Amino acid sequence: MGKRIIVDPITRIEGHLRIEVEIEGGHVVDAWSSGQMFRGIEMILKGRDPRDAHHFVQRSCGVCTYVHAIASVRAVDDAFNVKIPKNARLIRNMLHGAQYLHDHLVHFYHLHALDWVDVVSALQADPQKTAALADSVSGADVGGAVYFKSVQQRLKTFVESGQLGPFANAYWGHSAYKLPPEANLMACAHYIEALRLQARTARLHAIFGGKNPHPQSLVVGGVTCQASLTADHIAEFLYVTKETQAFVKNVYLPDLLAVASFYKDWGGIGGTRNFLAYGDFPLTEKEPESLYLPRGVIMKRDLGKVDMVDQAKITEDVTRSWYEPGSPKHPYEGETKPLAEDPKYEPSKGKYSWLKAPRYDGASCEVGPLARVLVAYGKGHKDIKPLVDKALTQLSIPATALFSTLGRTAARCIETVAIGDALQEWTMELVENIKSGDTKTYEPYEIPESGRGVGLNDVPRGALGHWVDVKDKKIHNYQYVVPSTWNLSPRDGKNQRSPVEEALIGTPIADPKKPLEILRTVHSFDPCIACAVHVIDPHSNEVYKVNVI
Amino acid sequence: MDKKEQFYQRLEQRGVSRRDFMRYCTFLTATMGLSASFVPKVAEVFAAPKQRPPVIWLNFGECTGCTEAMLRTVYPYADELVLEILSVEYHETIMAAAGHQAEEQLQAALEKHSGKFICVAEGAIPTKYNGGYGRIGGRTFLEIAQEVIPQAAATICIGTCACFGGVPAAKPNPGGYMGVGQALKMKTINIPGCPPNPVNLVGTIVNYLLLGKLPAVDDMGRPLFAYGKTIHDQCPRRSHFENEEFVEEFGSKEAALGYCLYKMGCRGPETYNNCPVAKFNDGTSWPVEAGHPCIGCSEPDFWDKMTPFYEEF
Ligand code: SF4
Ligand code: SF4
Repeated sequence: MGKRIIVDPITRIEGHLRIEVEIEGGHVVDAWSSGQMFRGIEMILKGRDPRDAHHFVQRSCGVCTYVHAIASVRAVDDAFNVKIPKNARLIRNMLHGAQYLHDHLVHFYHLHALDWVDVVSALQADPQKTAALADSVSGADVGGAVYFKSVQQRLKTFVESGQLGPFANAYWGHSAYKLPPEANLMACAHYIEALRLQARTARLHAIFGGKNPHPQSLVVGGVTCQASLTADHIAEFLYVTKETQAFVKNVYLPDLLAVASFYKDWGGIGGTRNFLAYGDFPLTEKEPESLYLPRGVIMKRDLGKVDMVDQAKITEDVTRSWYEPGSPKHPYEGETKPLAEDPKYEPSKGKYSWLKAPRYDGASCEVGPLARVLVAYGKGHKDIKPLVDKALTQLSIPATALFSTLGRTAARCIETVAIGDALQEWTMELVENIKSGDTKTYEPYEIPESGRGVGLNDVPRGALGHWVDVKDKKIHNYQYVVPSTWNLSPRDGKNQRSPVEEALIGTPIADPKKPLEILRTVHSFDPCIACAVHVIDPHSNEVYKVNVI
Repeated sequence: MDKKEQFYQRLEQRGVSRRDFMRYCTFLTATMGLSASFVPKVAEVFAAPKQRPPVIWLNFGECTGCTEAMLRTVYPYADELVLEILSVEYHETIMAAAGHQAEEQLQAALEKHSGKFICVAEGAIPTKYNGGYGRIGGRTFLEIAQEVIPQAAATICIGTCACFGGVPAAKPNPGGYMGVGQALKMKTINIPGCPPNPVNLVGTIVNYLLLGKLPAVDDMGRPLFAYGKTIHDQCPRRSHFENEEFVEEFGSKEAALGYCLYKMGCRGPETYNNCPVAKFNDGTSWPVEAGHPCIGCSEPDFWDKMTPFYEEF
């Protein structure tokens, strides 16, 4: 048996995640992913008013703050049989599109970049050369030697203060960092730019949602921001979208390609085989036909065969999760029965996570930007296919390199470009619709005695589904299967690994004491663990403390 | 060039004039209920702190929304908070170190700054079964809180979960979740909201840096400058309430006219917070402005006491 390494906490994610790997001959040969926190929102929802559900579930995650709310109102709209008006559909799409712009930017620069960018090396850069590099790759409107010098000076002052704050004790100087100092300085400058930009981008949610995080204008039947639908608010929304999109195209995409060109070997590391996308952004009332990001499933990397998703084929398995044994169940029948004894962390043979194991037609599937982009690519999407082809050509890598950590990170950026453009079109469509005299934002309804509903959407981290069962006008059962549960689940009854466990296998590890490479692949999935574990157990867990060896 | 000049120069490079900046400081000073003579001092706190005060930020049973809210601050932007104003020694969402190195970093910060750091706590603490519902590096949230918080110079709870238990403590609260103060049986400064307005945290920290003490609080530990009045008392729709002009259905003519949301379930009358004046995201809006009733998200137990949200109180 090889060496075991545990990384806990995995930082720069949302929630509490533990990753354990086994290493032999400098490579990962096995991996286990474990969710470490439980709150119990599904249990808390039982017996409550279905119209309130979206406020509760929205608090599953404060990072992608809007996504559970929209999945939930869609599920309840469905259960109540309400058809929302066109303006409501457009505004919901606009807020959701804004979520993508914001979330992917923050992920790339603030949660993922430090896996590729060595901040300390940036101190050695020649600002003149950095400026030249930046001019050659990016269209950023802020740059030049003076600017990069001031950023470097700022970092130097910071480092010399001896108070390294969040940059302390990291893997700086690690041999797996490949960027020259100039590229590191450029990336550091953009890290700071993006930190500021995201605060402005978040205003998109505030304009029609009252605030961000956790916007508050979505309701079953539509949206409430009717009085805000004025010319100046719409113009503001368009302006902030354009400002963000300019950064996405002029800085984010060029940075991604520049960084990727030094890490092409990661086009062969961190891949999985099956991909599932529910798709999102209905462009008409018809779903799934009109979804801007298409729905589909790809098995065994066969891009030539994109099948339609059948939600009835989704099940959750609990064999290796801390729940009472039971057969895999569809979410409408889903239940949550925590073990009646103290759960033990036993990755090798027993149970080891609070995440259940979702499977599609019995198979584990990756969800998220890569799945969406592959489905779109396989279907010859008019906006996404050319973007993918251009990136592949620019990096001179084959399409098969998409099945990787690099591909996942690139897909996130590619879809941001496409959605940012589409978002502006939807905003103009809203203008035209209001101009035509249609100001309706809400469809009144009667609460039925009983009903079932499903809300499927695809959110920055991947395919998200909420299932609600209403009885006596109250929530009888509520289950949601979230992207990080798909990607970071434990093994199932057939001993199939989850996507992240599969992706880690073969990862080279230069220094087991500093497992930087593990972070690269794990972060490329953009884990969101509080969101993935929303059930709760009533028993304690043995203290099992292991550090990285 | 001194640090203060550098600061202004950087602000100006970013298209923020000194005047805009001073206007923000005036706003913050007013939010904190301080007299105008404090404005230049507030500016100074941002411009050139002599030694950046250490902060340890702990994430417990949360959704990270409060951290996200904090990242939305403007003047100071988050990078200024992190690089120039505070010294954030530990914060899992932004820190570069992971795993063993992250745990080491926490221990090193504790050794170096014991008795001197500000602890910001985000998220509620599960207490049933020895706190076994939440672990970091194999230790429970409760163990970590018990180790770190007693060593802090001050503990600020950010968000309704850390203050009062929040969503995981909603009925039936299967995990025995509690606010941090309650779990540790001690008093904390509480900045509730789900999530709270970052202005209220920044205001509290600036108050501390400026006056060397935490701001005056009510009996629930909430700074009076932010939580001294109800939403209703500050609401721009208040005249409609007085005139009995109510929205009775979303999407109606009355909704389009921006009438009072009381009959749609607005909890503004029972909720203490400064949303209508501070607004969110650089003063862009707040929920009632977006046509949605206040759900009372900064009150203790609001998930149980204020629901069903869409029924008149
Ligand atoms: S909208 Fe709410 S807070 Fe405003 S006046 Fe009406 S009841 Fe009061
Ligand atoms: S208006 Fe009410 S619900 Fe909305 S943020 Fe303020 S306190 Fe929370």
